[in-house]
Amino acid sequence: MKTLKFLLVGIFFGIVLVKSEAVSWYRIYEMFRFQSFHMYGIIGTAIASGITFLQISKKGIIKSIKGSDIFVPKKENGFVRYIIGGIIFGLGWALIGACPGPMYILLGTGVWSMLIVIAAAVLGTFIYGILKNKLPH
Amino acid sequence: MESILNPWPWYISGPLIALVMALLLYFGKTFGMSSNLRTMCTIAGAGKFVDFFNFKWKDQLWNLTVVFGAIIGGFIAVQYLSNGSGTDLNPTTVTELQNMGFNNPGATLVPDEMYSLDILANPKTLVLLVIGGLLVGFGTRYAGGCTSGHAITGLSSLQKPSLIAVVGFFIGGLIMANFILPLIF
Repeated sequence: MKTLKFLLVGIFFGIVLVKSEAVSWYRIYEMFRFQSFHMYGIIGTAIASGITFLQISKKGIIKSIKGSDIFVPKKENGFVRYIIGGIIFGLGWALIGACPGPMYILLGTGVWSMLIVIAAAVLGTFIYGILKNKLPH
Repeated sequence: MESILNPWPWYISGPLIALVMALLLYFGKTFGMSSNLRTMCTIAGAGKFVDFFNFKWKDQLWNLTVVFGAIIGGFIAVQYLSNGSGTDLNPTTVTELQNMGFNNPGATLVPDEMYSLDILANPKTLVLLVIGGLLVGFGTRYAGGCTSGHAITGLSSLQKPSLIAVVGFFIGGLIMANFILPLIF
């Protein structure tokens, strides 16, 4: 049961991202060319719903499954790592048309070449790990 | 049934993505897909070389389970919940991409010109996929998150670092789509 609930959330996530076309390379391209509202609508309504959920949960109305408060870990303060890391990720996102969630989902839709992208992404993460202490954060 | 088989509108999809985040928070976890890349490094033994990968990866099994589910979800969505209708792109986008050499913009989820197995024989395509993957893997960990961790979870919880990261995502994406992709294709 403990594992099953995460499997089900994952399945739901995969279905939603395919049906919303957020996994489409073309939708990402269209977004970055400002030629469609579709992706902005998805991200915008997701954030608006997310804010609403977290504001309500802050009032203690919604508790976690264990009965504790809903908790979102705080990101460390900083600037360089977020802007530079963000730009590097953005370049890759618009090139391959997929961020880390869609990479796995697209594999499930039968895009086998995505295995190459995933392997390269794992390698990219490894390279970050090696260079971490030398990079400005 | 027809409305399930057709692509879903943005105003349905967005709140459903927020629901994924809410469910994971309800289960006491956080929505973040790129963390799994780090976990995979650790499983592959990267902790022997780099301290950053020395952590109890079994604590992240739940997140790998979400990934496994997402793969199944992708399969279910195309096999059982789709009617083969393509993506309804802006006609300007379609013309533009056709001029760049993409044959059927929107007919599939990803362009054959980049992802078909035949085209992998072309070293250029292979290099593009590898570079794209490297950028995503390196960038997300440097920025400490991707679309799910920063754009959805971070912005929903009104965190400034996530706003900076999302601005970065867009700067990078705009540069790639507007200036670099036209040079590549």
